[in-house]
Amino acid sequence: MSSPAQAAVVDGPVPYAEHYDPVAGKIGMWLFLFTEVLLFGTLFIAYAVYLNEHRWYFQEGSHHLDKLIGATNTIILLTSSLTMAMAIAALERARKMRSLALAAVTVLCALAFLVIKSFEWGEKFAHDIYPNSATMLAKPLGEQIFYGLYFTMTGLHALHVIIGGLVILLAMGLVWKGKVGPERIGFLENTGLYWHLVDLVWIFLFPLFCLIG
Amino acid sequence: MSAHHQDQHPLVPYRVYVVVWAALLALTAITVGVSYLDLNHVAILSALLIATVKGSLVLMYFMHIRFEKPLYVFMILAVMATYGIFIGLTFSDYSYR
Repeated sequence: MSSPAQAAVVDGPVPYAEHYDPVAGKIGMWLFLFTEVLLFGTLFIAYAVYLNEHRWYFQEGSHHLDKLIGATNTIILLTSSLTMAMAIAALERARKMRSLALAAVTVLCALAFLVIKSFEWGEKFAHDIYPNSATMLAKPLGEQIFYGLYFTMTGLHALHVIIGGLVILLAMGLVWKGKVGPERIGFLENTGLYWHLVDLVWIFLFPLFCLIG
Repeated sequence: MSAHHQDQHPLVPYRVYVVVWAALLALTAITVGVSYLDLNHVAILSALLIATVKGSLVLMYFMHIRFEKPLYVFMILAVMATYGIFIGLTFSDYSYR
C-alpha cells in the first residue's frame, strides 16, 4: 500500500550525491604520470649507459637522422601544448566553442606529428633500416643499439601521441555534451596534463636522437 | 565563484601561455643552432641543459605547477630523487664491472 507521493519517489530517478573531487582526481593523474616518467626514465638510463659505451656510433647514427624533421615535430608538439593549455583556460572562462576549437587544433597537431613521424620511419624502412633487418645486422653493434633505442623510444612516444589524441577527442565529446564544463573541468585538465607529459618526453627525445651528431 | 572553484588556482591569462610557447620555440631554435657548432662532448651536455630548461617551463606553466599548492612540487621532487637513485645505482654497478 503506497500513497501516490511514495510511488513517485520509487518510480522516479534515484537521487544520489554525485561525488566529484577534482583535487583527488588531479593527484591521481600525477601519480599515473610519475609511472610514465619512470617508464621512459628506464629507457633514458639504457640510452645513457650505451651512449657511454658506444659514443662514436651514437653520434654517427645521429648524423643520419634529420634535424629539421625533428625540429618541425618539436614545433608542432610545443604548439599543440599551447593550444591544449588554452583550451582549458577557455573552458575555465565558460567559452565552450573556443575551448573545443583549441582542442581540435591540438588533435590536428597530434595527427600532423604522426604523419611526419611515419614519413621519417618510412624513409628508414625504405633503406632497410629497422630492427633485425639485414642491413641493420651488418652494422656495428653500437649503431644497432642506437637504432634499436631510436625505434623503441620514439615508437613508445608515438603510441602515447595516439592515445593522447584519442583521449582529447573523448574529452571534446564530454565538453560538447556539457558533462565537462567550467564547474566540472577535471577531465579536461587531466587530459591536458597527459598531453603536456607527452610533449615533455619529446623535449628530451629530440635532442638525444637528432642533435648529438 | 562557486564551491567547486574554491581550491583552484586563479585564472591564468592566455598571454602567459603564449609567452611561454614563444620562449620554448626560441630555446628549440637555440638548441638546433648549437648542434651545428660541432661541440662534440659539450653538445650532449648543452642539449640536455636546454631540454631541462624547456621541460621546466612546460612543468611550471603548462602543467600549472607554479600555481598549485607546494604538495605537487614535493611529489615531483620525490620522483626525481627516486629516479636519481636509479641512475646512481645503475652507474655505480656499470662503472665497476
